[in-house]
Amino acid sequence: MLEIKGLKVKLAEEDKQILKGVDLSIAPGMVHAIMGPNGSGKSTLSYVLSGKGGYEVTGGSATLEGADLLAMEPEDRAAAGLFLAFQYPVEIPGVGNMTFLRTAVNAQRKARGEDELSAGDFLKEVRAKAKDLKIDAEMLKRPVNVGFSGGEKKRNEILQMAMLEPKMCILDETDSGLDVDAMKLVSEGVNALRSTGRSFLVITHYQRLLDHIKPDVVHIMADGRIVKTGGPDLALEVENNGYADILAEVA
Amino acid sequence: MALAKLKMDATQARLADVVLPDGAAWGNAARADALARVQAMGLPTKRDEYWKYTDPASLVAHDAPKAALFHNDEGPLFTAVDRVRVVFVDGVFDADASDDLRAEGLEIERLSDAMKTDIHWAKDVYGVLETRGQTPVARPLAALNTALATDGVVIRVTGKASKPVNLIYLHQDENSDAILHNVVKVEAGAEVTLLETGPAAARFSKALEVDIADGGTFHHVRAQGRDHERRAVTHCFARLGAAATFKSFTLTFNGVLTRNECILEIVGNDAVAHVAGACVGDGKDFHHDDTVFVTHDAVNCESRQVFKKVLRNGATGVFQGKILVKPGAQKTDGYQISQALLLDDDSQFLAKPELEIYADDVACSHGSTSGAIDETALFYLRSRGVSHNEARNLLTLSFVAEALEEIADDTLADELRDRLEGWLSRHS
Repeated sequence: MLEIKGLKVKLAEEDKQILKGVDLSIAPGMVHAIMGPNGSGKSTLSYVLSGKGGYEVTGGSATLEGADLLAMEPEDRAAAGLFLAFQYPVEIPGVGNMTFLRTAVNAQRKARGEDELSAGDFLKEVRAKAKDLKIDAEMLKRPVNVGFSGGEKKRNEILQMAMLEPKMCILDETDSGLDVDAMKLVSEGVNALRSTGRSFLVITHYQRLLDHIKPDVVHIMADGRIVKTGGPDLALEVENNGYADILAEVA
Repeated sequence: MALAKLKMDATQARLADVVLPDGAAWGNAARADALARVQAMGLPTKRDEYWKYTDPASLVAHDAPKAALFHNDEGPLFTAVDRVRVVFVDGVFDADASDDLRAEGLEIERLSDAMKTDIHWAKDVYGVLETRGQTPVARPLAALNTALATDGVVIRVTGKASKPVNLIYLHQDENSDAILHNVVKVEAGAEVTLLETGPAAARFSKALEVDIADGGTFHHVRAQGRDHERRAVTHCFARLGAAATFKSFTLTFNGVLTRNECILEIVGNDAVAHVAGACVGDGKDFHHDDTVFVTHDAVNCESRQVFKKVLRNGATGVFQGKILVKPGAQKTDGYQISQALLLDDDSQFLAKPELEIYADDVACSHGSTSGAIDETALFYLRSRGVSHNEARNLLTLSFVAEALEEIADDTLADELRDRLEGWLSRHS
């Protein structure tokens, strides 16, 4: 599904290398988690894959089902099946959540040469999916993320994911700012989307999210590289011993 | 002194061949008084502080600069709204194109007819609110309008108006120089919505005086149409009685020069005055100026100014807004925001927000910003598959939203939002 080889990235405006050769291969249907201390480059990886500006790729490659992600505009990456759930979802006053969702769904369908969803079909689908995430009609009507609590924003991200049905989902610290109940709700939303054709990359600081979204593979990232890869046990090791031991071990 | 003399000489020269339209009974007196005031004030020049950012030369000039007619393929606004249409073609009332002016809760007359009636309510408003609005800042072009207005309507609202009144300004002559003056009196507890639409003329001078008695409500929604070469200077003078409500929103598309002044005087306690506007301009030949002056002279009143300008390809936006809180106007809640969205580095926004407060128990705030599209928000939308252009347009609508929300009637707001979307998709 996602193949990253030797990916090197620096900040566009200053001479600071963030990713120093990342290798990562995620097969269809697999859930990978990336853990790592602050500043290790986890979020940068998610931004570079989804096409945020401000970064310069200095080496390596990233492909989604063989297509060169790094050569595409962000909207084309989305149409190709990539989705990033933001750590800090953006508030957009004056644009209704529903309008936004419909614009996004139809833009992607159009880009893929599919017919736009009719208003009725769209509404039916949104309502059903929103209900699973306990998102009420009022929240759908409100402007995108405006006045949403932390938990509501993250649920809204998962609703977008559910509506857009991407192949490759990246969750950037989706657990940040969530209480236990909200984390459970969000995780259930994610788990409901797990399927053989859909892969996930879950970026997190903490093991607790991975109690809910069980990964197949766990990577530890430090100083712009993946320094250790293992099974779900690796996350438990981090939880119990912190990063220091692992970093010392690989140094 | 030399400058002052130059200005007076220029004013005399400009007014030398002016013949006041026949205003019949009280109209003649009002016009002569206004002309004398213009002569005393002098016509504005770009050296005047109040015209620092907008050159009034083409508004003052003897002849109106020509403005090519624009074929508007969108059709007229508000056709689905049940309204009383009052049509002016290049500033001349067109009875055939207009609806029957009778409607429940409304008395609508042509200005010239009202002036012929010796004892008429409009006598106490025409030029009166305009005169009050001349201090502390002189507005000579408004006085000139009072002197020279060739047409207009006077509207008395006696109850809850059964339907909105739509003043429709058609532009059919590329040399037209229209001067209209409208007067509205909202009686105690009465309520009306006034719609104004259309490009009006090559050069359009328009004054609107609105006198709102206690508990009266005046809603105003205006769209200044798409003709690129048109010029307009408009003044709205409103006086609010106790617990009166005034809400005005203007959407301006294109136009080589637009100066919209709104002068609000709150004289009754517990009144609410909101004035808002949005403009969209593309190119160096777009210049749009909102100049607002709100005077609080009563207790526990609220005023709100919300102005949003979308500027691209070298367009210019101007905002001059002032809140004056007079001694004793306690518990005033005054708010003012003016913002420009600059879609490139060539466009500019010039803003002069002012507060002048002589009461000690008030809450007044003002803010002014200019900036580009938020890159993070743009990326957020694009990461969901929305194209760059569409994402930028959505964010532009988002930027304008706070001003559009000042329109109380959702049907009217939705229609203007659609027009705005159309403009954005044509100019992206």
